[in-house]
Amino acid sequence: MNSLRRIFAILQKEIRQLSRDRLTFGMIIGIPMIQIALFGFAINTDVRHLRAAVADESNTELSRTLAADAQATQVIDVIAHVRTATELEALLRDGDIDVGLYIPPDYPRRLQQRDRSAAQLLVDGSDPIILSAARQLATLTQHYDSEPPQSLRAALFDIRNHFNPERRSAVNVVPALMGVILTMTMVLFTAVAIVRERERGNLELLINTPVKTVELMIGKIVPYIFIGLVQVTLIVLLGMLLFRVPIEGTVANVYLGSLALIAANLSLGLLISTLAQSQFQAMQMTFFFFLPSILLSGFMFPFAGMPKAAQYIAEVLPLTHFVRIIRGVMLRGADLVHMVPDLGALFAFTAVTLTLAVLRFHKRLD
Amino acid sequence: MSSGIAIRTHNLTRRFGTLVAVDRVNLTVPRAHIYGFLGPNGSGKSTTIRMLCGLLKPSAGEAEVLGLNIPREAEVLKRKIGYMTQRFSLYEDLSIIENLEFIAEVYSLSRTRRHERIAQQLELFDLKDRIKQRAGTLSGGQKQRLALAAATLHEPELLFLDEPTSAVDPQSRRDFWEFLFQLANHGTTILVSTHYMDEAERCHALAILDRGSMVADGTPKALEANIDAHVIEIERADLHAARQLLLQVPRVLSVTQLGVRLRVLVDHAVDDATGFIKDALRASQPGVDVQLVRASLEDVFVAATQLRNRERAA
Repeated sequence: MNSLRRIFAILQKEIRQLSRDRLTFGMIIGIPMIQIALFGFAINTDVRHLRAAVADESNTELSRTLAADAQATQVIDVIAHVRTATELEALLRDGDIDVGLYIPPDYPRRLQQRDRSAAQLLVDGSDPIILSAARQLATLTQHYDSEPPQSLRAALFDIRNHFNPERRSAVNVVPALMGVILTMTMVLFTAVAIVRERERGNLELLINTPVKTVELMIGKIVPYIFIGLVQVTLIVLLGMLLFRVPIEGTVANVYLGSLALIAANLSLGLLISTLAQSQFQAMQMTFFFFLPSILLSGFMFPFAGMPKAAQYIAEVLPLTHFVRIIRGVMLRGADLVHMVPDLGALFAFTAVTLTLAVLRFHKRLD
Repeated sequence: MSSGIAIRTHNLTRRFGTLVAVDRVNLTVPRAHIYGFLGPNGSGKSTTIRMLCGLLKPSAGEAEVLGLNIPREAEVLKRKIGYMTQRFSLYEDLSIIENLEFIAEVYSLSRTRRHERIAQQLELFDLKDRIKQRAGTLSGGQKQRLALAAATLHEPELLFLDEPTSAVDPQSRRDFWEFLFQLANHGTTILVSTHYMDEAERCHALAILDRGSMVADGTPKALEANIDAHVIEIERADLHAARQLLLQVPRVLSVTQLGVRLRVLVDHAVDDATGFIKDALRASQPGVDVQLVRASLEDVFVAATQLRNRERAA
């Protein structure tokens, strides 16, 4: 009973202080808004309107349909028609076009032969983004195969793009961005909140009172859980309003998944607060953790494409598991029941860091 | 343990690596006393206080505070003690009333008790006119009164004050000591560390600490009476030259200039201290006036620390 009173006293004090700390308050709202705007509007990995030329040596009904379909994807804009593959290569080499579509004279016959590609895409492989965009092109038009030039391998499979048929990057980015923002703010806020008490000498007073370590930690953490949920709401709403990001799964699952990440990040923040001597150190440690989270979690680069070692590191990071969970819930309509391994990983991370934090946080000064 | 003793330690020691911050300190602090820790910075005052409230674990030795074994029963002790840190450690972004309410909650005072105590403290410490003011905007004296009000809100039996007056003006210091005497009169035991001699003189009893060791303890009167040195004052002399000369003389513990006089501490082993000084100055300054005077607490402090230095050097 007294324990609850003490927790509540700390909680109330924390909220009061927070409401008077305009900078932190601004960060709670400002960081999600700025990040959403940046990643949603400015950074766009959906490449469209690549300059393209077509060399149609077949000149049949079928080949003209293919060229028109390619244009219709909007991935390419056909800016020139040439007669031979050699001319295409020349344009590509000179940088006048990014993609060349070569349709050989025997195109209709080739289409019948399943073991051969019917047409070729010549791609400027010097820019990896263009290369992957061109691959998208090959996958989207489903009724022809393309044969890659020797140096390039175009996709051989017919890929059906589920869950984000229009391939808008905001749809992929916003759910994961939620995790990035929570990782940044939650870890930092808790770490700084406790280190600040130590820096200002408040902790020396508190540890001389009957307040217990666990009570202090709970009282300091709970307000940030709410702040985390406010941020989640803000990001989801902004994502829906600005970018029509869908929530295919249930809203409850979105919040539950987010809570698991919030818990993991808050306990990490606590652990950092027991290690850092100053607010500046706490900030450094947070960023030390934040960078690999952003780079390895699958938020920026595909998880599968990373070397094994990087994947192992990524598996330790809470954000990696959250990115899987939230993309599953928001984009694929998956249920948390099917994401037990990732949820379990988040819980395990929370349990380990929280234990370490409580062990390290002595109620003594030595 | 008799109820008349608030703190008793036996060979209390604390090491930080190779540094011995507190070295075998034996303390006995009676209840309802104001007990002083006098010593320069780094003498182990804060470390001792921190060990006594269970914030630091002793490396060796024992401590019994309010009948509780420390650090084993430190959590029980925390309800019975108040602690005022050297720097202001309440929340600067909370108001006076919010700070006091927070402390009341932390000590789980009942609702009626909380209202009553906060009202009493605001009245006693003259803070009731500004209860909504943020603590960070208070003056040094006001902050200090608030800190004492918070530290004594739950009516602790024992109050630890770690250099409480280092940041306030002389008038606030005097007012502060009035509060301390009121508390002591009501039965609170107070352990206060200081490096001000005038504050030390106000204590019922005190311990002089020097580099981790307790070099003397007792009432201010007893300490002055039992000083291990003769106190000599010299007037009508070329003070600068006399000082330079006396500093070279063995058995002279210290030479300090006080205005137009020199105050000299001479080893207790010297029988005729005035003759000893006159002899030393005869050649250069024959007309000086040399007098044996009563020791002050500062003399006790200097003598105790100087004697120890010599023992170390020897």
